[in-house]
Amino acid sequence: MSATLTHGGLETASQAKLTWLRFRRHKLAMFGLVVMVLLYTIALFAEFIAPFNPDRSNARLVFHPPQAIHFIDDSDGGWALRPYVNAFRLARDPVTLEPRFVPDASRRIYLHWFVRGDGYDMWTFIPGNLHLFGPENPRDMVFLLGADRQGRDVLSRIIHGARASLSIGLVGVTVSLMLGITFGGLSGYYGGRIDWFVQRVIEFIISLPTIPIWLALAAALPKDWPPMAIYFTITVIISLIGWTELARVVRGRFLQLRSDSFVTSAWLDGCSQKRIIFRHMLPSLTSHIIASVTLAIPMMILAETSLSFLGLGLQPPAISWGALLKEAQNVQSIASAPWLLLPGAAVAITVLALNFLGDGLRDAADPHAH
Amino acid sequence: MRRLAGMIPFIFLVSITVFALIKLPPGDFVQNYAAALAAAGETVDDAMMASMRQRYGLDQPIWIQYWDWISGVVVGDFGYSFQWQQPVVNLIGERMGLTFVLSASTLLFTWAVALPIGVYSAVRRYSIGDYIFTFIGFVGLAVPGFLMGLVLMYVGVSVFHADVGGLFSPPFVDAPWSWARVVDLAKHLWIPMVILGTGGAASLIRIMRANLLDQLHQPYVDTARAKGLSEFTLLVRYPIRIALNPFVSTIGWVLPNLVSGSVIISIVLNLPTAGPVLLQALLGQDQYLAGAFLLLMCTLTVIGTLVSDILLALLDPRIRFQ
Repeated sequence: MSATLTHGGLETASQAKLTWLRFRRHKLAMFGLVVMVLLYTIALFAEFIAPFNPDRSNARLVFHPPQAIHFIDDSDGGWALRPYVNAFRLARDPVTLEPRFVPDASRRIYLHWFVRGDGYDMWTFIPGNLHLFGPENPRDMVFLLGADRQGRDVLSRIIHGARASLSIGLVGVTVSLMLGITFGGLSGYYGGRIDWFVQRVIEFIISLPTIPIWLALAAALPKDWPPMAIYFTITVIISLIGWTELARVVRGRFLQLRSDSFVTSAWLDGCSQKRIIFRHMLPSLTSHIIASVTLAIPMMILAETSLSFLGLGLQPPAISWGALLKEAQNVQSIASAPWLLLPGAAVAITVLALNFLGDGLRDAADPHAH
Repeated sequence: MRRLAGMIPFIFLVSITVFALIKLPPGDFVQNYAAALAAAGETVDDAMMASMRQRYGLDQPIWIQYWDWISGVVVGDFGYSFQWQQPVVNLIGERMGLTFVLSASTLLFTWAVALPIGVYSAVRRYSIGDYIFTFIGFVGLAVPGFLMGLVLMYVGVSVFHADVGGLFSPPFVDAPWSWARVVDLAKHLWIPMVILGTGGAASLIRIMRANLLDQLHQPYVDTARAKGLSEFTLLVRYPIRIALNPFVSTIGWVLPNLVSGSVIISIVLNLPTAGPVLLQALLGQDQYLAGAFLLLMCTLTVIGTLVSDILLALLDPRIRFQ
C-alpha cells in the first residue's frame, strides 16, 4: 500500500502520462523537443521575428559580411549594456582594386528590442511593422549572418525559409501517414492476398532509388505553376515515396495485435470491424506512430532541401532552406561568401533535434523497455 | 534461382514505371528544342516540328514508343539521345561504370568504418569513445550529403586552394583508360566516397551497436567466457557473426540510398558520373537518355537486393534451411 503512495500514483497513471514520464528522463530528447518548439514558433511568427523583409535588397550591400554583436558599449567613456554592431563601409583592395567591406569602428548601429521596421502582412492578413529586434534607425541594415548576392539579409531569409521547410515536413508526413495507415492497416488486418499485394508494392517502391525518381517527378512539374501549387505537389511527391516505412510499422503492429487477447475478446463481444480497428487497435498504435512520424519528418525536410537545391523544388521568389542553399551551389560564391551555407546549418540542427526527439519518443512509447 | 526468375517481371515493372515517369512532363523534346531555337531568334514552323517528331518516333502513341524502346533495350540498344545527337549507349557506358565504382567503393568504405566502430561502441558502451562516435554518427545522419560536399569544397578552396570536384586530374579527364588513370581516379574517389558514405555508416554503426549489445548478454557468451576463451576470440567467433546479419541485409536499402545520394553529390562536385547528365536529360526531356539512366539505376539496386539475399543465405544457416 505504501509503495503505491511513494510512487505518486504511478499505478493509476494513464498510458499517456507514463509515456511522458519516461520521455522526461531522456535528456537529449527533451532538448530536441525544446529546440523544435522554438523552431516552429520562429517559423510561425517569421514576419515578426525576422529583423527585415526577406526580399528587401540593396545593390550596394551585395555579399555584405556578417556583423558581430557587441554587448558592452563604451563610446561615452563609461560602459553600458547596449548591444550594437560596427557598421561596414565599402573600400577597395589597394592591390587588386576588388571591392571589399571593412569594419568602420567610428560608426555604431545600435540594436533595440521591438522596433518599428519593414512593413509586413502577418499570415497575409495582419498588417504590421513591429519586429522582435532590429536597428535603432529602420533605414539601417544589420547583417548578423551576412547578405546574399542581392544584398538581402540572410538571417531574415533563413527565418522565413523555416516556414516552407518545416511545414513541408508536417504536411508531407500527414499525407504519408494517411497512406501508411490505410495500406499498412489493410495489409496487417486482412492479411492473405491483400497483404501479399501491398507488401510487393512496398518492396517495389523501397527498391527504387528515391532521388532519381523524385527528380523525374519534380521535372514533370510545369515551371509556370504558382508557388503554392508547386509547394503542395512537391510535398505529395515526397510523401508518395515516404509512406512505405510508416506502412511497414503499422502493418507489423497490426499483425502482432491481431492475435492479442483483447482484440479477440472485442471480436467475440461482437464489435464491428470498424470499431475493432479504430477503437481498440489504433489507440495502442498511436505512440509508435507518433515516434515513426517524428523520425519521418527529417527525411521529408532533407528531401525538400535536396530537390530545391537542385532547382527542381520550390522556385524563387519562394523561400525555403533548400532554395537558399541553391545560392551556394558553386565554388566561387562559397569562397567569397561562406555564410551562404548557413541555411544548411539550420537544416542540420532541425534534423538533429527531430532525430533526438523521435528516438526519445520511440523509447518512451515502448512499454517493455527499461 | 526462383528469386532470379522473380527479378524479370520486377525489372519489367520498373521499366514501365520509368517510362511513364519520363513521359509525364507536358510537351516533348521537340517542343523544348523549338522553344530553345525560338529564344535564340530562329523561327521554327509546325511542319519542321512535325517532321522532327516523325524522325524520332515521337508522333506514335505512347505504348508503341515504349515497345520500341524496351525491345531495343533487351538487345542492348538504349535508343538515341536527342540532346547529344548520338546513341545513348555511347554516353552512359563510362558514366554508369563510374557510378557503379563510386557506389561499390562507398559501400565497402561504409562497412570498413561501421564494423570496427560499431563493435567498439557496443563493447565499450558509455565510454567517451562511444559518446564521440554516437555524436559524429548523429551529425552524419543530420547533415545532407550535398551540404557536406559544399563545406568540403569551401575548405578545399579556402585552406588548400584546390578544387576538390571532379574524379580525374585535368590531364586524365579525356585520356583512355590506363593504369595511371586508375591511380588518378583512386586519388579523387575518396572525397565523394567519404561524403556519400557518412550517412550510411552512421546508421550502420547504430544498428551494429544495438545488435551486438543484444548478443553480448546472452548466456552463451558467459559460457564461452567461463570456458576461458580470450575476450577477442570470443567476440569475433560468436556475437559478431550473428550481429553481422543486418550488415548484409542492409545492402538492399543502402545501395538505393547510395545511388540516390551519388546523383546529388555528383552534381555538386561535378563528377563525371550519371547524376549531372541525368538531371540535364530530365530537364530537357531527352527521354531515352533519362530512361536509360533511370532504368539502369533501378536495376542496380534490384541486383543489390538480390546479392544481399544470397549473401545472407550463405552467411546464416537459419535462413538457408527455412
